[in-house]
Amino acid sequence: MTSVSGKGVQVVGTRPIRHDGMDKVTGRALYGADIQLPGLLYGKVLRSPHAHARIKSIDTSRAEALPGVRAIITAQDMPDITERIGELGETMYNLSYLKENVLASRKVLYKGHAVAAVAATSPHIAEEALALIRVEYEPLPPVMNVKEAMTKGAPLLHEDLVTDELGKNGTQPSNVAKHFRFQKGDVEKGFQQADVIVERELQTATVHQGYLEPQNATALWGADGNVTVWCSTQGAFMTREQVYQLLDLSEAKVKVVPMEIGGGFGGKISAYLEPVAALLSRKTGRPVKVVMSRSEVFEGTGPTPAAHIKVKMGANRAGRITGAEISLYYEAGAFPGSAVQAGAMCAFACYNLENAQVDGYDVVVNKPKSAAYRAPGATQAALAVETVIDELCERIGMDPLEFRLVNGVKEGDRRVDGPAYRRIGYLEVVKATREHPHYSAPLGGPNRGRGVATGFWFNAGGPSSCYLSVNADGTVGMVEGSTDIGGSRVAVAMQAAEVLGIPAEAVKPVVADTDSVGYTSVTGGSSVAFKTGLAAYEAAQDVKRQMVERAARIWEKPVEEVESANGVFHLKSDPELKMTFKDLAARLLTTGGPITGRASVNARGAGPGFAAHIVDVEVDPETGKTQVLRYTTVQDVGRAIHPSYVEGQMQGGAAQGVGWALNEEYVYNKQGDMTNSTFLDYRMPTSLDLPMIDTVIVEVPNPTHPYGVRGVGEVPIVPPPAAIANAIYGAIGIRMTTLPMSPGKVLEALQAKGKRQR
Amino acid sequence: MRSFEYVAPRVLSEALAAVAERGERARVLAGGTDILVQLRAGRRQVDRLVDVKAIPEVNELSYDPHRGLRLGAAVPCYRVYEQGSVAQAYPGLIDAVSLVGGTQIQGRASVGGNLCNAAPSGDTIPALIALGAVCIVASPATTREMPAEDFCTAPGRTVLQPGEMLVNLRIPPPARRSGAAYLRFIPRNEMDIAVVGVGASVVLDDARQRFVSARIALGAVAPTPLLVKAAGEALAGQDVSERSIEAAAAAAMAAARPITDMRGTVEQRRHLVGALTRRALRRAIQRASEE
Repeated sequence: MTSVSGKGVQVVGTRPIRHDGMDKVTGRALYGADIQLPGLLYGKVLRSPHAHARIKSIDTSRAEALPGVRAIITAQDMPDITERIGELGETMYNLSYLKENVLASRKVLYKGHAVAAVAATSPHIAEEALALIRVEYEPLPPVMNVKEAMTKGAPLLHEDLVTDELGKNGTQPSNVAKHFRFQKGDVEKGFQQADVIVERELQTATVHQGYLEPQNATALWGADGNVTVWCSTQGAFMTREQVYQLLDLSEAKVKVVPMEIGGGFGGKISAYLEPVAALLSRKTGRPVKVVMSRSEVFEGTGPTPAAHIKVKMGANRAGRITGAEISLYYEAGAFPGSAVQAGAMCAFACYNLENAQVDGYDVVVNKPKSAAYRAPGATQAALAVETVIDELCERIGMDPLEFRLVNGVKEGDRRVDGPAYRRIGYLEVVKATREHPHYSAPLGGPNRGRGVATGFWFNAGGPSSCYLSVNADGTVGMVEGSTDIGGSRVAVAMQAAEVLGIPAEAVKPVVADTDSVGYTSVTGGSSVAFKTGLAAYEAAQDVKRQMVERAARIWEKPVEEVESANGVFHLKSDPELKMTFKDLAARLLTTGGPITGRASVNARGAGPGFAAHIVDVEVDPETGKTQVLRYTTVQDVGRAIHPSYVEGQMQGGAAQGVGWALNEEYVYNKQGDMTNSTFLDYRMPTSLDLPMIDTVIVEVPNPTHPYGVRGVGEVPIVPPPAAIANAIYGAIGIRMTTLPMSPGKVLEALQAKGKRQR
Repeated sequence: MRSFEYVAPRVLSEALAAVAERGERARVLAGGTDILVQLRAGRRQVDRLVDVKAIPEVNELSYDPHRGLRLGAAVPCYRVYEQGSVAQAYPGLIDAVSLVGGTQIQGRASVGGNLCNAAPSGDTIPALIALGAVCIVASPATTREMPAEDFCTAPGRTVLQPGEMLVNLRIPPPARRSGAAYLRFIPRNEMDIAVVGVGASVVLDDARQRFVSARIALGAVAPTPLLVKAAGEALAGQDVSERSIEAAAAAAMAAARPITDMRGTVEQRRHLVGALTRRALRRAIQRASEE
């Protein structure tokens, strides 16, 4: 780790043990599947065996007759929310699609699409009951990729879907939900100015976030009509919103209790089981727990879109990009709404371009509705852009990092889609990468190659809330609404501790349910250390102000006379008269009562994150297998509040990116069935597949945050597939354009190259 | 998962009776790393599981330089590689047992279970075949023996008749100047199913210049693991050279009958049979030469 250490801070930048660490390593932490309640029933979901079919009828009578079965629901049990859907229009999610995804009513649109659910006295009975439900399907031909889906006369997933074509609605039903475009300058003129033009077509596979903990939900629909849901979610308030809207309740009728979360990466934002468990509970009057199996997670929750990408870039001999255009076709899955929009904004975000055009297409196919996955949409686009840049550099004979220094973005530059950057650290990151010893180290053997790639992610802010309460022992209770998927609890607590001048360990963070804390937006967009950190900072300022007032009252002096520094209150006129935070905390109850602080913020001005990765690989020419030998990540993090968790995010993103690059994919048969829905055959990297991933933290503080925080969690997944593709080219001289670059595909490419050369 | 009966006899005859009583509806439980997964996934249904982990004959692991190895069907993988004399005598077997699942799985999974599960890709089976292992099968009435290459009959199916169970395996003592190896190809570096597996064993002459005999067995390229006699015959009596290794690899590639599935294509598998046969033979030769 290399870091520019911060000045004037005591807690920020240190590495305390996380508050939830002991419970997690000893297995005491409570996850959704740990919930046990009196009278608990177990729910199971019946899922479609077809990728595309019309539901003709559902007969649940035999299942209902099975002893131990307490309730069965289908889409017919979902409330009619037509009116609500009309009122809402398009929000963050489309409610009618969400409803249809939770339980299919007319058509099943992917293998694994939920059709019915059973509650029974044991999970085994529930499972047996599923087998007794008779669903009559009329199978329809599936469309499994964008090319098929966009072919004239292709089977339609939604008879009422028309294309939003550059802002105008089409007249014919289509599988293309949307086509949009960003433009800057004149791209044709740009290509005319180019000395070298590279054009490529690339394909990425459907991949899953692969969080360890499967989705789960336990619900209790009380006799008073209040619904409580315990679940694994990235946003308790987001889940509450989806549940109360789908169940046609008022907001306050639903309480969501976020349990510890075993990974999310964007996949635990959409509701799947929560409304189902709630409806089963309403029907039985008892609490119902539903836990997905791994196969259900793969087949029934949202992976990230597979993408088909066409890219063309031109540069002059001086290494300046003169023109760039890209068309991104992303698989939305069964319902519109892929991450293509974000991907389109990210595609050229690292480069200051005069002439560029980006086209995005959101295309429905018979796969699960895609969901967010760590920098959603950006990795696919980066694969295309960063490998083509590598090829441009080769053609004009320029070092790829030098090329990025020539073209890289800085403050004031505008993205193709419009926004101008404030202070950013792209050039600092590229320079740090070029200076890293890895970049100039010898490769040390045959069949080895080195690749570099860079990446961008917006990062987000949003509404967030935090309460603090001072305890008599000098500790501070902290209540936040941000579910902790990446070590954010400690990073948020440290920001409160910094303000109060107390150790991080003296702040005790709790992630609260929706009745117990103010509104907090979802844990997504790498937002928590920024937005909830800001809320904690403001809440701590609120506490500090009251503590100063209390000290003034005790000393019978005006407030202006009291100063506070590093957790010690003292009198300006008599510095000998002082009290520590702990001393003062002990006296609160006898000097005017307890002190609590609060803050609710709508944090704006999140600082974009940039990363550059260097990777060395060795390709076995006899088997086509790629081994990652060395990996270095460099990233502008603004300010690393807790460097260990920042490094963890950088390493985790790189590790997931390696999986995406080399082996992960949904394998489908001709019928549209996923054939590898287990961790055995869906190959995420294991510890033996990865070297120790080196991290270089670059700190270009975000001016809109008191400690300079930028989001860190997402951008590290953006460069890996491109960096690895570039490294494979270095090793074997083949430009791989299809993910995953699995041994079989590399072997085929090697054999094809061998034949050409013979 | 449907409910089933669980029995755990302590005596072999009781276990045999318990299995025979339910015929096809009974399965033997050793490590359980396959059968429990299959039951939970609904891929197999049973009325009775007969746990054999408490039965001495099925848990015996003994090596004698003259008699060879007696490997009880329920002996978990870790015991095989942790027993020094066994590890020293049969490095080719150790290659395989230390690849099954991961470390935790190796604490439970048995070589006998791997054989009875009869997956075409089962890692220990090509190693057993290459080493000339013999299977001892018993029923309440009789005991019979067959070579390991005859044990599996189809994916998930074996020669075991209703009421029979695999009691143990016998592997002959390693010949002078012999060596064996098992290699598999997987896309990752652990926790994976073989795309192709190759077991090889060789016996060299005193000068280590010629092959006296050799056995090559393949996994994951046919409905059952395959003994490729032609590959062994291509080596017997030949010089230890890249040329003879190449001939054996060609014979192995010709014998492979792979399919295309999500783990690999016909072409990729056939190619890998060649690559892995060469590598496994080189390693076996090296071990034979070091002896």
